[in-house]
Amino acid sequence: MRDVYIAGMGQTRIGELWDRSLKDLAVEAALKALAEAQATTADCLIVGNMLSGELASQENLGVFVADSAGLTPVEAVKVESACSSGGAAFREGYLRVASGAAESALVVGVEKMSDLLPDAVSSGLALAADGDSENLHGATFVALNALIMRRYMHENGYKHEDFSGFAINAHRNAASNEDAMFPRAVTAKDYAKSCMVASPINLLDSSAISDGAAAVLLSARPKPGVRPIRVTGSGAATDTIAVAARKDPLWLSAAEASARRAFAQAGLKPEDVDLFELHDAFCIMAALSLEAGGFAPRGKGVRLAMEGEIGPTGKVPIATRGGLKARGHPVGATGVLQIVDAAVQLRGGAGASQVPGARVAMTQNIGGSGSSVYTHILAAGD
Amino acid sequence: MELPRFHRLRGTLYRLEGSRCEDCGALSFPARQVCPSCSSRKSLLHRFKGAGTLWSFSELYQLQRGYPKDVPNVIGLVKLDEGPMLLTQITDAEPEDLSIGMRVQMVTRLIRSTGEAGPRVYGYKFRPVVGG
Repeated sequence: MRDVYIAGMGQTRIGELWDRSLKDLAVEAALKALAEAQATTADCLIVGNMLSGELASQENLGVFVADSAGLTPVEAVKVESACSSGGAAFREGYLRVASGAAESALVVGVEKMSDLLPDAVSSGLALAADGDSENLHGATFVALNALIMRRYMHENGYKHEDFSGFAINAHRNAASNEDAMFPRAVTAKDYAKSCMVASPINLLDSSAISDGAAAVLLSARPKPGVRPIRVTGSGAATDTIAVAARKDPLWLSAAEASARRAFAQAGLKPEDVDLFELHDAFCIMAALSLEAGGFAPRGKGVRLAMEGEIGPTGKVPIATRGGLKARGHPVGATGVLQIVDAAVQLRGGAGASQVPGARVAMTQNIGGSGSSVYTHILAAGD
Repeated sequence: MELPRFHRLRGTLYRLEGSRCEDCGALSFPARQVCPSCSSRKSLLHRFKGAGTLWSFSELYQLQRGYPKDVPNVIGLVKLDEGPMLLTQITDAEPEDLSIGMRVQMVTRLIRSTGEAGPRVYGYKFRPVVGG
């Protein structure tokens, strides 16, 4: 496998963007990434998206984005893997370029969620759970995470307030990200007062329904004139689709396996990672990802937040541009947004939330309740 | 409407039917075609007794379409006495009466209604064992 570089990237603002369509978002991100790389097209277009049919009445998304961005007759396809659709699309593009099947791949992650009311969006997202044994019984995605969180607190002796550091850090970091959905600080008091969504998960434990898109152009050649960013590790793994079917529902075994594969390819260990863009759709997922990725022992992921080690100057900086929690979580776009956030850090452009001297960044995109996981490692310099 | 779907699910939803591996005896709910323990493809129908303990639970304040509008609606993970765990709605209990580890038992209730045109879907829910 040969080296693959991020030659260009772009994203839209993230939020409830009522005046912008699925098409507007995808085209904006795609054209920004091409423009940054001074390219007019790519050998293939991979679109990461979860629910365009359910939420935006549009499928055949590969063609739809290719056509809308003026890229036909480019080869184009949609990749779906629930909330990890963006990470799956990135890996698809990476493998094509790394294998030599393509010289370049344009990866676009996009989701338009806010056209429908929240109960309909919730029903759409729940399609990623097991249909007969979870979704049919009314389990929303928040509910699945809530079941895991309550048991985690019970077994490890944590109180709800112990998780507040994840939300506080994400919002503080989002404040310097002009594209973030919630670019404002929250306090421990805000967290404690926040309304309940599915006990013990409250609103500030949760990422929000959002619209947005992100794109990267992957190339066998680095972008001339700037510090190159190389993909040094890519790993993916699966676990049972239903939480109840897992031997150990408090351990993200697919996150562990996908991280192990990415680390092995990159020849790195957790301590070599300068920042970790993890899948903080809920605070409990941030804690479990830190544990599965090897950054904290089992049951101790929350301690990193309690001890202030997840900020830009901490031991394991996470959600450095706001994360899913505060930057926003347009589900199919998220995996690509994580790559963009990591690359902004490696270029040194993250402003107030810059991780000093960042050279190695890891991203991890989780689909379902931990059932499909994509981990990538990016490195600055050759 | 999905009527054939719910017809296919009648054993699972009404009788708590899962599977037992013919080779290693491992039990699964719902039924599995491939054994998660030994990868055997031979399985027999196994009916679970419907008793277990509450492993975790949550009160939901935002529901999907088609579910009762009264919130909170309680959902739980129940560890069956035979071993497997299942996700279920918890009924006949106030959220404040629930605790991890309490004994629960299966009852048959309305799970979901898809509106006037759609079917009313009945199946298992779990409730605390009285005096348990």
